[in-house]
Amino acid sequence: MTLNRSFPLAALGLLLGASLAQAAAPAQPKLIRRGAYLVSIAGCHDCHTPLKMGPKGPEPDMTRMLSGHPDSLKMPPAPKLPEGPWGWAGSLTMTAFTGPWGVSYSANLTPDKETGLGSWTEAQFLQMVRTRRHLGQGRPILPPMPVQNLQLVSEPDLKAIFAYLQSIPAVHNRVPVPIEPAATPIPMH
Amino acid sequence: MRALLLPVLALTPALAKAPAPPRLLSQTGLYAAPGVVAARNLAYAPQYPLWTDGAAKARWIHLPAAIDGREEAGWVFPVGTKAWKEFAFGGRKVETRLLWKTGPRTWVFASYAWNEAQTDAVLVPEGGLADAAEVAPGLRHGIPSRTDCRDCHGQERVEVLGFTALQLSPDRDPGALHGEPLRPGLITLKDLVARRLLRGARPDLLTRPPRIEADPATRTALGYLQANCATCHRADRPIPGLDLDLRPQAALRTALAPGSFPVPGQPESRILSPGHPERSALLHRLASRNPVSQMPPLGTVRVDRAAVDHLRRWIADLPPVPSH
Repeated sequence: MTLNRSFPLAALGLLLGASLAQAAAPAQPKLIRRGAYLVSIAGCHDCHTPLKMGPKGPEPDMTRMLSGHPDSLKMPPAPKLPEGPWGWAGSLTMTAFTGPWGVSYSANLTPDKETGLGSWTEAQFLQMVRTRRHLGQGRPILPPMPVQNLQLVSEPDLKAIFAYLQSIPAVHNRVPVPIEPAATPIPMH
Repeated sequence: MRALLLPVLALTPALAKAPAPPRLLSQTGLYAAPGVVAARNLAYAPQYPLWTDGAAKARWIHLPAAIDGREEAGWVFPVGTKAWKEFAFGGRKVETRLLWKTGPRTWVFASYAWNEAQTDAVLVPEGGLADAAEVAPGLRHGIPSRTDCRDCHGQERVEVLGFTALQLSPDRDPGALHGEPLRPGLITLKDLVARRLLRGARPDLLTRPPRIEADPATRTALGYLQANCATCHRADRPIPGLDLDLRPQAALRTALAPGSFPVPGQPESRILSPGHPERSALLHRLASRNPVSQMPPLGTVRVDRAAVDHLRRWIADLPPVPSH
């Protein structure tokens, strides 16, 4: 009896709770902490925070944290790789890569409005993961980004990652667009 | 108790669940008998069709009530609307897609793959079907996933892209690329009004039907961009960092905006560079089927040569933009 009476109220409470949670977006310290944890263990910094040379060797340049390939670093044409088994190469910053897919650069994940995720909505971020497409609806997201791993992340955790990325310092850094592989024939019919 | 809970659930859109699509195309209401389309389903042909690698297409819509046409660029379809689009290559039906409005904010998306005997089509898994038919030597047509369907038709406000005031306008563009002439049996705006299937539209809709006002070459180019590009590139669904709106009223303004946009080997390239097709990223993307650069990014594996040729000529003839 008690259970029966409480169930609709609990459901109502859950629904109202969900609505209130959606309304209270800006300050979400717990969510942001969770996102920071996920970003650190998922290896996002490995490619999205450029490496610089330090006294003990390459180290992440935290002044450019998660801002992707530095636009100041103009890459020369990609090296021509021999016919296998070597298949791809990367820059010393670990932010530019060349392989059979062409040349790709790691994206700016900081909340800069013009060059990062600053103008993205949470829904667009989720759509990007769901579709594995650039900006959620363009070309496929390119190697070596392991977007297939990100697709296994639960929606609450993806929202935590997005909340964290929106909370970090914005870095104005326009990452170059990828370069298609020159040798790939374009079908013309 | 149940009476208390149900209204709460009904008010929560997130909990509204669309029904599963039927397993067979023949169970969706398209046919009255095998191979015979039911009379209640109206055939139509948009004046600016989407390029799908040269597929022959047939389309039908079932409207159980009138469309709310108060917003000309955003018709609201009645609950129960069903729209089908059939794709055939080389004379064989390959797939039929279904859009079904099941609630005020819920749509079912489904694709059906035709069987070998061409007698019926079976529901395709949610992830699509990568290899459905050969459309040219070595090139295969894939049936899109339901996520792909929503990419073009919309996430929340779903649109039947070929069934709009502009697409059904009797003032059809004679130069429309791959356009079908109107033939008896294809529904038009006039039919919709006569059958009371469109309400709230402006009073002069039939005397002044929608039309892209421009010289013939520009009209055709903008119509093509509307059908093939503007489902994603539009200001009311902005893509972060890309202020590009390829709907007819905004295409020239936004595509001619200053700023570089890369074309390999062309340092001066822009989205649209008047007089310089070779520097126009829009044309480069349209003529590419490299996954890094091709546009549209899905639904096609063959370049639309007729469109590339028309747009190349059109861009070459565009007057230069004055620099400030």
